[in-house]
Amino acid sequence: MSVDQSTVRKIARLARIAVTDAEVPHLQGELNAMLAFVEQLNEVDVSGVEPMTSVTPMVMKKRVDEVTDGYYAERIVGNAPLTEDHFFLVPKVVE
Amino acid sequence: MNDLTHMTLADARDALKAKKITAVELTDAHVAAVSAAAPLNAYVLETPDQARAMAAQSDKKIAAGTAGPLEGIPLGIKDLYATKGVRTTACSNILGNFVPDYESTVTSNLWRDGAVMLGKLNNDEFAMGSSNETSSFGPVVSPWAPPNWSPEKAKAALSGDKKGLLVPGGSSGGSASAVAAGLCLGATATDTGGSIRQPAAFTGTVGIKPTYGRCSRWGIVAFASSLDQAGPIARTVRDNAILLTSMAGHDPKDTTSVDLPVPYYEAAIGKSVKGMTIGIPKEYRVDGMSSEIETLWSKGAQWLKDAGAKIVDVSLPHTKYALPAYYIVAPAEASSNLARYDGVRYGVRVQGKDITDMYEQTRAAGFGAEVRRRIMIGTYVLSAGYYDAYYVRAQKIRTLIKKDFEDAYASGVDAILTPATPSPAFGIGEKSGADPVEMYLNDIFTVTVNMAGLPGLAVPAGVSAEGLPLGLQLIGRAFDEETLFSLGEVIEQAAGRTTLPKRWWV
Repeated sequence: MSVDQSTVRKIARLARIAVTDAEVPHLQGELNAMLAFVEQLNEVDVSGVEPMTSVTPMVMKKRVDEVTDGYYAERIVGNAPLTEDHFFLVPKVVE
Repeated sequence: MNDLTHMTLADARDALKAKKITAVELTDAHVAAVSAAAPLNAYVLETPDQARAMAAQSDKKIAAGTAGPLEGIPLGIKDLYATKGVRTTACSNILGNFVPDYESTVTSNLWRDGAVMLGKLNNDEFAMGSSNETSSFGPVVSPWAPPNWSPEKAKAALSGDKKGLLVPGGSSGGSASAVAAGLCLGATATDTGGSIRQPAAFTGTVGIKPTYGRCSRWGIVAFASSLDQAGPIARTVRDNAILLTSMAGHDPKDTTSVDLPVPYYEAAIGKSVKGMTIGIPKEYRVDGMSSEIETLWSKGAQWLKDAGAKIVDVSLPHTKYALPAYYIVAPAEASSNLARYDGVRYGVRVQGKDITDMYEQTRAAGFGAEVRRRIMIGTYVLSAGYYDAYYVRAQKIRTLIKKDFEDAYASGVDAILTPATPSPAFGIGEKSGADPVEMYLNDIFTVTVNMAGLPGLAVPAGVSAEGLPLGLQLIGRAFDEETLFSLGEVIEQAAGRTTLPKRWWV
């Protein structure tokens, strides 16, 4: 399988990465090189094989659903580019 | 000062305990070496004041008789590990000046045991790379000068465009370079597809990727969560064993960390390997493999045989599919993990005309080319209509890769011996062509181990015809790092410890 330029733009959009028109042909070449490389996986007979979900067999650990941490909003927003009163600020989303 | 920075970690520990040296002396020698080696670009942040304060504390503890197992040992920390109050960037512009308010579990364990932090080490951006050339801080230079170069020529290149100088491998290139150059006694590293073992092999150092679940991933910047594992790089097998004993352990904050007791790994050093069975997988004899790698591999098998091990041929039939399957699974997980970098909660932000535009501009500006490429391929293989054809198929192949190893171990093999890399280190800029796959082939021997979640140790075994380090890899059963340390020690003793490169960079 290979991707065309409109697919490259679509993937970039889904990945939330802006691409310029000039970058598209270059990205298309690189993505197609990777897709050509993984093409060989089609040689393998995978019928009846379970997809791996956990590399080390282990039982999912659970804990009681209770608050064990928190109450330091100042520290949480400490690295944010833009904040106000312990809130993260973003451009207007709802008109 | 040379002797203090060229000691092994074990010797330094013993000298500290015997009060032949002080932690402050040891740290000062390293701080000076780090500062003089700045052009190698191994460290992206030096923390000399913190190092001296920690060392002074260590001297007090040694005097009081309350020293920990790593008391006063100066270490470098890969910039993927969150360090409280110390800038952590994963060597990506998108994290900007991120200063964590918390400490990763693995580094907490090291400080608990008395280790001293010298600073943060360079790596490929988000650990995506095999040469440390994708770092936002620029490439790391290997302390191994190119063959037949005079120290003057190498030094001139170092202050110029760096072309022709060697890469230390990646993604833990800063860790490997710093350990090989005498800029720390050991370093933390991480391995998703070979990022500990390939740079160790390129620099004549020792590195272990422990079994998945052995070390906590909490507080380590995530790349591909089902493959990532923390481990050490140091100058000897024993030093690796010492570091892993401190780094490993169960952590309730990482649900994939296992609740198993941590062995005292150093006890495995020097243990007899007599009667062990070592598998040689024929599928690792790849097309175009150089004769010197082939020879090194046979030599390694012979050394283990001389030590009383039995050598048998094994087959791991799905080996050739590990790398292509990895380039589906790892980018898929990366695209998901890296979705968090959106310019809202931390890192840099590029303003846009609306929120989506802000995300897109921020991520376009913040991520480097390799990271953008991997996020995009990951997004594609997870997208509607392609998920089964790519992602599910790759995960099925992963099951088959793991089964290959299980079958080999079930047949009575204790460990598997392979080359660590298909070649010695290459030059900076040499593999930056249009085809990304050329670089990916570096991990052909290491990536299978991550796909199966097993432990793998890279140990120096000799040098190429041109005099560059070459390594062998030992692959073990899950949670049997001890066998790898015993076998690795045999190879290290037989091959002779690698001589550290001369300091041409000062």
